[in-house]
Amino acid sequence: MKKPELLVTPQSIAHVKALIQAGADAFLIGEQQFGLRLAGEFTIEQVAEATTLIHDAGKKVYVAMNAIFHNDRVDGLAPYMRKLAKIGVDGIVFGDPAVIIAKREAEVDIPLHWSPETIATNWFQANYWGKRGATRAVLARELSMEEIIEIKENAEVEIQVQVHGMTCMFQSKRPLLGHYFMYEGKAMEVENRKSARNMYLYDKERNSRYPIYEDLNGTHIYSPNDMCIIDELDELFEAEIDAFKIEGVLQSEEYVVTVTECYRKAIDAYAESPDTYFDIKEELLAKIEEIQPELRPLDTGFFFKETVY
Amino acid sequence: MTLLQNDHISEIRDGKRVIVKKPELLAPAGNLEKLKIAVHYGADAVFIGGQEFGLRSNAGNFSIEEIHEGVEFAKKYGARIYVTTNIFAHNDNMDGLEDYLRALENAGAAGIIVADPLIIETSKKVAPKLEIHLSTQQSLSNWKAVQYWKEEGLQRVVLARETGAEEIKLMKEKVDIEIESFVHGAMCIAYSGRCVLSNHMTARDSNRGGCCQSCRWDYDLYAVEDGESKPLFDKGDEAFAMSPKDLKLIESIPKIIELGIDSLKVEGRMKSIHYVATVVSVYRKVIDAYCADPDHFKIKREWLEELDKCANRETASSYFEGEPGYEQQMFGVHGKQTKFDFVGMVLDYDEETKMVTLQQRNYFKPGDEVEFFGPEIENFTVVINEVWDEDGESLDAARHPLQIVRFKCEHKLYPHNMMRKEMR
Repeated sequence: MKKPELLVTPQSIAHVKALIQAGADAFLIGEQQFGLRLAGEFTIEQVAEATTLIHDAGKKVYVAMNAIFHNDRVDGLAPYMRKLAKIGVDGIVFGDPAVIIAKREAEVDIPLHWSPETIATNWFQANYWGKRGATRAVLARELSMEEIIEIKENAEVEIQVQVHGMTCMFQSKRPLLGHYFMYEGKAMEVENRKSARNMYLYDKERNSRYPIYEDLNGTHIYSPNDMCIIDELDELFEAEIDAFKIEGVLQSEEYVVTVTECYRKAIDAYAESPDTYFDIKEELLAKIEEIQPELRPLDTGFFFKETVY
Repeated sequence: MTLLQNDHISEIRDGKRVIVKKPELLAPAGNLEKLKIAVHYGADAVFIGGQEFGLRSNAGNFSIEEIHEGVEFAKKYGARIYVTTNIFAHNDNMDGLEDYLRALENAGAAGIIVADPLIIETSKKVAPKLEIHLSTQQSLSNWKAVQYWKEEGLQRVVLARETGAEEIKLMKEKVDIEIESFVHGAMCIAYSGRCVLSNHMTARDSNRGGCCQSCRWDYDLYAVEDGESKPLFDKGDEAFAMSPKDLKLIESIPKIIELGIDSLKVEGRMKSIHYVATVVSVYRKVIDAYCADPDHFKIKREWLEELDKCANRETASSYFEGEPGYEQQMFGVHGKQTKFDFVGMVLDYDEETKMVTLQQRNYFKPGDEVEFFGPEIENFTVVINEVWDEDGESLDAARHPLQIVRFKCEHKLYPHNMMRKEMR
């Protein structure tokens, strides 16, 4: 069996080191000027530092350039890509086709990973962006297991799937928290909470909590549950999905390290033999359940859920 | 910078500047009757949904036969029909796409509004006569991305609703492609296509037409501090809400035209026939008046008042005139009734007897004050006297939907003029 790459989202240089130890194969980093909803901020200097560490460990590093860009930021794309090429990162993650144009201008040779989140829903699109320079498609988290496997069967590019963590379900350009506080006449709240990552919206009807924060790219709202399919990976292994992502945004560094260790064990076990994986998967799930924050129930995302329209 | 064809917006004729690049007024229609009204009231083009591959799965949608009939009707007015095929397809939506696109082409649709490259590429291959317009679902927000879609051979792009006048100006300068921009109607508060609230909250796929507008619900805002949830609202505060006011750019029309934007889009395939007629007729008047004499143009108060008669939310300019502030959102309100109700459609008018024949669309009775409007007439208000049914029986009220009634009206009326009544 070809082992899927285990991709993680570090929050700091120290976290990169811990995650190398925990068994991650690849790292997604960047800064909000170019990337969306990152677990941590890495300036270009920190990207260089992290890349050295990661490459020394024989692992890969990808940089996020998947924001929805407006005119004011597109002139910065090609220079940033040149810097990334010089550092020698292994891939650039994008959603906006402006990045394809900018890559041509920058005349750099870095693989692109197509990751527009919610709209990556079929294999035709994966191959379409493949023909335009993408070597990997990162699938929407709102797909079922069956759909993911059918995409993989028809894809001419690598397929990446999120297996753990929360997912963004809404992005507005507007600063919605700031607007709410201003409406309520609480200007001080706005100042104090600009960078806060501890807020959530409570939905009484569903008894659900949706994490919410603001940054340079607007307002982001997240799923009420953390996806976890550590005990349901066999179909993805059999389909030879190329990369498993653990999304670590809004989680503690320690939590992400433990979860990474668990998925590392799961991947290595299945590579040894499916039975080895089946023997330990409940144990791995229990380990994650143990460290799961109280307000963040685990679920299996959309892997086994029916969606109508 | 070379002068693009796009830039030629006005010229001097007989000593007076006139607009020579008149933008298209693009209206929504949820069914054939609304399509006909939109065209009759002055739309240059109408966008509709077919029965497959479009968002708004619960909007009225057109069969291929109805699309054909709509195209034929529009042709008489020189108007064009675009069909929204703007879902992001899942694997199992791929079947039937080629046949569907061929059928749209054969039905005479001028173009399709598309988000998914699957549909873009398939259409190029099997239905080359269809123009391809990139849907706002792709959240197109910068000129390099516009350049990308130009290189892909698209005729037109619909911009993200988050783009402003300055941004559009640069796009127009950098890329020679038709730009369609929203001027009126309800809006997503999220980047379109990047919201899956419905998927999570109601298991309905928003990117395949299942949006249930969860963004318009109320939520409570909390913060977790030292492991404890603390409310960030005080007693008496409104709930956290994300509902944007509806877009209304009627007063920005001069700027929009001078920017050279090619198509001005009114949102609302789910909206009433009264909404379509009112909004289209007002934008028609403003565009025509500005293009005829841009240097002496003034917006008339009556146009603004007219537009408000079909509004059910407060309105704002959103991103077009700069970043929208908190006052462009609604807190503690969930829409309201429109000020006016559409109560009747004129079928016929007899100039000799001054008798109007009208199809009832909502309750009215003798003594009611009503207003008539339509493309052939100036609005006027009258009090209804005696009302008769088709058999000449006098009525105490027009109670039945679609009932045919008659009454006298001194002002001349034309078929498809509408009668509305203020709600009190």
